[in-house]
Amino acid sequence: MSDIILKVRDLYRTYDIKGGLFKKPGKFTAVKGVSFDVERGSTLAIVGESGCGKSTLARMLTMIDAQSEGGIEIDGLPIDIAKTGISKDMRQKVQIIFQNPYGSLNPRQKIGHVLEEPLLLNTDMGAAERRELALEMLQKVGLQPEHYGRYPHMFSGGQRQRIAIARAIMLKPKLLVLDEPVSALDLSVQAQILNLLKDLQDEMGLTYIFISHDLSVVKYLADKVMVMYFGEVVEYGTRDEVFDAPQHAYTKTLFAATPRADADSIKKRLAAKAASAA
Amino acid sequence: MTKTSSVDTAKTTAVEKESRNATKAMLVEFWYYFSQNKGAVLGLALFVLLVSVAIFAPLVAPHHPDMQFRDALLSPPFWEAGGSLTYPLGTDAVGRDILSRLIFGARFSLFIGVVVVTIALVGGIVIGLVAGYVGGAVDTFIMRIMDIILSFPSLLLALVLVAILGPGLMNAMIAIAIVLQPHFVRLTRAAVMAEVNRDYVVAARVAGAGHFRLMFKTILPNCLAPLIVQATLSFSNAILDAAALGFLGMGAQPPTPEWGTMLAEAREFILSAWWVVTFPGVAILVTVLAINLVGDGLRDALDPKLKRS
Repeated sequence: MSDIILKVRDLYRTYDIKGGLFKKPGKFTAVKGVSFDVERGSTLAIVGESGCGKSTLARMLTMIDAQSEGGIEIDGLPIDIAKTGISKDMRQKVQIIFQNPYGSLNPRQKIGHVLEEPLLLNTDMGAAERRELALEMLQKVGLQPEHYGRYPHMFSGGQRQRIAIARAIMLKPKLLVLDEPVSALDLSVQAQILNLLKDLQDEMGLTYIFISHDLSVVKYLADKVMVMYFGEVVEYGTRDEVFDAPQHAYTKTLFAATPRADADSIKKRLAAKAASAA
Repeated sequence: MTKTSSVDTAKTTAVEKESRNATKAMLVEFWYYFSQNKGAVLGLALFVLLVSVAIFAPLVAPHHPDMQFRDALLSPPFWEAGGSLTYPLGTDAVGRDILSRLIFGARFSLFIGVVVVTIALVGGIVIGLVAGYVGGAVDTFIMRIMDIILSFPSLLLALVLVAILGPGLMNAMIAIAIVLQPHFVRLTRAAVMAEVNRDYVVAARVAGAGHFRLMFKTILPNCLAPLIVQATLSFSNAILDAAALGFLGMGAQPPTPEWGTMLAEAREFILSAWWVVTFPGVAILVTVLAINLVGDGLRDALDPKLKRS
């Protein structure tokens, strides 16, 4: 199966740094020549430390920022918003879910309107039809129809993230970019949201770009893993390849830095401690 | 078929009811925080009283504001020797009843407040939104102009503007609105700049919202809290400035029963007939105080930083 939905080639993003009184203007390259393909219906996890260019990459894929150089192709549609702008077609291909569910919902907008906004802006549906779809979607992500008229501050973090997910899939996008969607949530809620994401992927045939620094989450959800380090891809392969045999030094450090909480490793650690004490 | 549709309507009404409840909950919460501030409630009561007096002025006032009673010139208030209950707060130099003039003057003061705040608010919001949203050179240009306006003493600038436009109540109001506008621009700009990079704005952009929708529907409602507070405080400022312009002869022209103009007319009787100047002054004081108290209460209720939850 090689049905490629997202094709990224030699992607660059540079930021101009303004010169100050005693500082020369410079350039900062956040993403340096990234290339990858994503198959339809699969999940690509992008892993890396803070400031490695993950979020910049996400912003380019979701057409929030334009790329400086290189090509993005989503479902056969070339994306270059600096030159061509964004069409309604492009909007309906890709959506994003943010890390912080407390910041990603407009505090003055009722949930129903949050969900209907993408439809209102991109389709010619009537009000009744939009409402019907919004109510349906609420149930799909595990919320109640009576939540339709409430404000975001009346919900918990997990519920808000469900709302954000609902908003993102209202337009039935092909590609969903998840920018650390569970790192602001409690562990128990994390599991619920991850399960919801998995169910939705099966049901709607979604493709996920999953950005995270939490390796256990990545292991649970990803088909392929890409590791970024200072704007470059240092490791790219299937989940098992990367987890079992990391090639790059940074990936090895990353895995070593992950705390392990399974019984065997704890026993081993205690034994080592006892041995050194004796 | 009919059964499913009735189920549907039942669901729809349930959803609508819940939606109304949510709106009501917001209002209840607002009132809770507002009513914690006793001064604000007192101010609101005074303000409501003032508004109703202004609306029902012809019914409340004992006399016509411009009627001259030639047999009772400079008659003192009723509790002083020589005063009578016909003219409860006395009469002025040409025999007009001061209480009636004050009651009708409330109309002018409120009208001034509403018009000035509306002009300043609308202009300030639009300019501030553009400055904060667009940023860059546009922002710098707009803000430097606002700085220039702010660097003039406000009453002096209003005086100059009235001198250019010609004296009169309407021109005075326009002048005061222009003077008050920069405060709204600054406030809006600061609030917009804080909101514009928040995730929900980016999310609306990804959903396909255009610039106008982002500015007015997504960002603006979240910037309103400080603006409402500023608007109430400007309301009282406008009344004060209009009174000052009236006192200097540049605002409302006699015989308009505007409080500041009344003060100006009574200037020469300050020593001989204290009531002619005192009551308009007290009216201005009480009104401005009431509105400022309401403004403080609104700040408590709307500013999330001051909330205790």
